Amino acid sequence: MQAIISATDLVKQYPGVRAVDGINLSIPQGICFGLLGPNGAGKTTTIEMLEGIHQPTSGTVHYKGEPLGARYREEVGIQFQHTALQEFLTVRETLQFFERLYHETLPIAEVITLCSLTDILDRDTRKLSGGQRQRLLLSLALINDPDLIFLDEPTTGLDPQARRNFWDLVKLVKSRNKTIVLTTHYMEEAYALCDEIAIMDKGRIVSQGTPAQLLTEHFGDVVLQIPGEDAGGKLMEMNIGAVPAGELFEIKTNRLHHTLQLLMDNGINLDRLRIRAWTLEDLFINVTGKDVKP
Amino acid sequence: MKKFLAVLHARNMEFLRDRSALVWNLAMPFMLVFGLAFTFSGGNKDIYKIGVVGGIGHLAQTAPKLPTTQHLQFIPYDDLDIAINKVKHHQMDMLIDVSAAPKYWVNTSSPNGYLLERIIWGVGADKFERQAVEGAEIRYVDWFLPGILGMNMMFACLFGVGFVIVRYRKNGFLKRLKATPLGAFQFLFAQLISRLLLVVVITTIVYAGCNIFIEFNMQGSYWVLLLVTTLGAMSMISIGLLIAAHTASEELAGGMLNIVTWPMMLLSGAWFSLEGAQPWVQNIAQLFPLTHMVSSARAIMNEGATLAQVMPDVWVLALTSAVFLVIGAFVFKWE
Repeated sequence: MQAIISATDLVKQYPGVRAVDGINLSIPQGICFGLLGPNGAGKTTTIEMLEGIHQPTSGTVHYKGEPLGARYREEVGIQFQHTALQEFLTVRETLQFFERLYHETLPIAEVITLCSLTDILDRDTRKLSGGQRQRLLLSLALINDPDLIFLDEPTTGLDPQARRNFWDLVKLVKSRNKTIVLTTHYMEEAYALCDEIAIMDKGRIVSQGTPAQLLTEHFGDVVLQIPGEDAGGKLMEMNIGAVPAGELFEIKTNRLHHTLQLLMDNGINLDRLRIRAWTLEDLFINVTGKDVKP
Repeated sequence: MKKFLAVLHARNMEFLRDRSALVWNLAMPFMLVFGLAFTFSGGNKDIYKIGVVGGIGHLAQTAPKLPTTQHLQFIPYDDLDIAINKVKHHQMDMLIDVSAAPKYWVNTSSPNGYLLERIIWGVGADKFERQAVEGAEIRYVDWFLPGILGMNMMFACLFGVGFVIVRYRKNGFLKRLKATPLGAFQFLFAQLISRLLLVVVITTIVYAGCNIFIEFNMQGSYWVLLLVTTLGAMSMISIGLLIAAHTASEELAGGMLNIVTWPMMLLSGAWFSLEGAQPWVQNIAQLFPLTHMVSSARAIMNEGATLAQVMPDVWVLALTSAVFLVIGAFVFKWE
């Protein structure tokens, strides 16, 4: 599939800090691409170079095979992590304002419907709730009917309900064959929305692929969870790598049949045994480490 | 054009709906004009102003006691016509010309001129040839009105534009606009026109409102006055844009705006005349757009100056507007 945007050997050097250190990316049309990483990993710097907001120290970014230029500004939609709007304008006026900045746009009515803004059209933008504000910011990113949309931590600070509503909205946008580049701290969000993810750490991509691929690559084993009261002290004596995890014991194994047989042979009650699936959060910790980032 | 109009409309809406700022922008100049009009309506001065053509040194040779007399201020003039005009409008109490046979001009309707005439007779100038002139007094309120309105415009232009752009940059709004096809020049020009419209409209309202009660002197053309006012505002807005073009710090912007506004406030002739000030002070004053706007507005209102007569000021204001705006657009940073 042809890449809608690609980056080659992207570097951003600040005095004393190499924020992005040689990133190569190629994002196909029509997917949701997630860029994950701990604070300070270089996600926002990378995404802002892809957006054309910052110039890379070295390396190139191409949109539909061409260097970023005037056409890019017309065809890309961006929702920044931190942004403000012109004050004292209503939602409708804000949409009209941004509509006039582009040559070709979606009809405002379509954007309003898509982002469920009908009920708040005449409200001052300073008086919107967090979820309403994020829907408005997304609608502004969509107003020029962009082929490529950047969403930089769009659900940070939203309550769970607003976050899930926003996910539905992103899925709806994606269903229109739009390409979305998403950064997020929420692993379940990345899992729910992204077709492909890249995990960054210290300015580099340390892991990239589909969520399922990455989980399979990094975790060949499974985790068995047994309530402590069912296992008694026997689990620790069996020397099978059981570790306490709250009120449970967890056992990692890549020989499931053998381990289950061993547990039964030792009289462990398996009625309440659970097998926990590995998550992107496990993967994230696995590839970036548990240490607090400087 | 569509983008420019979008930014212009949005900025106008923001200003007009910010009621506290709007009311303050209207109320402040009204209060200043009325307050100063009443405070200085007496026009009492404890010194007399005497213009001298032909050199103060030459005057000392002709009438040695005269320059040493206390409470007299001697102001050198090169242009006899300009100096006579000042006497006509009571802006100067007397004019002495010692370039040839000594003469002096005094306004027959000026009480100060009457008293001063008797003073100089007693200190050796009684042989000077007397020339009488006539003309209505320019009230202090007519003299300071252009200054007070000009200064209010200066604050509205510089701080109104400078702080707004720094706020936009600090809160990320400019970064959001950078992600659109909007150009820096389109954005800045829209900010300039928006603020220009608001400042000129507010100044016109204040002038018209005060004029109902005070009946300002107006000898010249309102259209020429409007032209000078508009260009003066454009020039000062362009300075505000230039100052705000780069910084994201309100503190730094505030400091830079103060560096510009204080010298303008003190040296542009808005509060007091710089006649008699050191030549280098007068030369510095010529660098400020406010000086050109205030002096040409005074000339239009009080002396009936025509467009041709204020054309040098018009050119200075137009050129400084263009230069500051272009430099501002060139160095402008969205973030």
